[in-house]
Amino acid sequence: MNTEVVSQKEMKVSPIRNGTVIDHITPGMALKVLRILGLPREGSRSVVSAIMNVPSESGRRKDIVKIEDRELEPEEVDRISLIAPNATINIIRDYEVAEKHKVALPERAEGTVACSNPNCITNARDEFGRREPVLASFRVIAKEKPVLRCDYCDRDVVNIADQIM
Amino acid sequence: MAGFKGRHIVHIEDLSVEEMQHIMGVAAKMVPVARGERKSTAAQGKVLASLFFEPSTRTRLSFEASMERLGGAAIGFSDPDVSSVAKGETLADTIRVISSYADIIVLRHPREGASRLATKFSSVPVINGGDGAGQHPTQTLLDLFTIQQETGKIAGSHVGIVGDLKYGRTVHSLANALARFGAEITFVSPPQLQMPSEQVARLKETGASIKATQDLNAVIPSLDVIYVTRIQKERYPDATEYAKVAGSYQITADLLSQAKKHAVVLHPLPRVGEIKEDVDSTPHARYFQQSFNGVPVRMAILALLLGVVE
Repeated sequence: MNTEVVSQKEMKVSPIRNGTVIDHITPGMALKVLRILGLPREGSRSVVSAIMNVPSESGRRKDIVKIEDRELEPEEVDRISLIAPNATINIIRDYEVAEKHKVALPERAEGTVACSNPNCITNARDEFGRREPVLASFRVIAKEKPVLRCDYCDRDVVNIADQIM
Repeated sequence: MAGFKGRHIVHIEDLSVEEMQHIMGVAAKMVPVARGERKSTAAQGKVLASLFFEPSTRTRLSFEASMERLGGAAIGFSDPDVSSVAKGETLADTIRVISSYADIIVLRHPREGASRLATKFSSVPVINGGDGAGQHPTQTLLDLFTIQQETGKIAGSHVGIVGDLKYGRTVHSLANALARFGAEITFVSPPQLQMPSEQVARLKETGASIKATQDLNAVIPSLDVIYVTRIQKERYPDATEYAKVAGSYQITADLLSQAKKHAVVLHPLPRVGEIKEDVDSTPHARYFQQSFNGVPVRMAILALLLGVVE
């Protein structure tokens, strides 16, 4: 039976019946992944678990997030890839891994990250809080430890997790 | 080489080395017109809109003079407080409207990336006239043109860039372009005003020959071009700290006695004490010529983007 694959350490948290397990998250990023996903949701009874600094099979450390009763949208997966480029997404249905795939870092990011340059035109607001009618957009210029370069002001965003919208 | 007609110039990297060379070739032909020795009607009937959301009299006047010299007309503003921006209009809307009045726009804006945004809403070519601490590509082109005219070559020239390399807008794009042309570059600055590491990393990607030093005296005999920048007082809340840094480098006639005979001193101007007046009368002083070169270079850019010259 192709049950949810979990290590000894992960058994500290109960398997989920349906939902998503995000594995191989860059250590320290689990809480930021939850922030990106807007979890836990207020009023929801679904269990959300974050397991951090777990030894992985490769001997490195990793974080894991388990989300009950929720399958991620592609756009959410793209955003996770920007801060955890080696993460894998496991879709769990009836305790089984129904789908498993690695996140793929996109070539570009648009509307998901704010420019870290406070003087960038994409961060400009008028006195009523209105902004220019464009989405902040970036080219991915480094993949191992992702770096984004703003299409507008040309500055590099290194601490992407802090800039996720 | 792609044609220039209808294109925008926002970033120096928008142009290949070949395209920069072409602009400089056209600019060389424009010099007699820029001096008023010959007349041009190349841009007759064309209108330049100069939208200056922050003051920069020299850049604005040189663009407007360039358009006039080409036989065209210039409209625009240099005080956003009297434009619709003061009423809360977005830059995007301003550009949409103005691009229906003019054939080409030059934009100066305090926000970085403003010119790139303008290109998304403009139906006519946009030229970046400087955005925040970002790019100022036409300054770079006139600097390159001056180096080419004054030393005969860019590739292989040893260019010392002196002063505020951290905040100085012009030096980041100049260094980028010089590196792509194959010039040898030495950065000369106090430690607190060094070229940002991100910029250095980008330059190294081009395979550029780059060195850095604090010691101007040691490097000056090997330089073909001494490019001096202003250390910006507004960056220093403490006047004593500013005075220490501002006094780090001063080009004097005496100092230049150690320089190569044909070495040239350039400065984007205005200068505030980095170059002593006794340098003005030496053959090394080429910064006023550099300033004049803004006109033929901007004429070339306007003419090429308007498609009235190929």
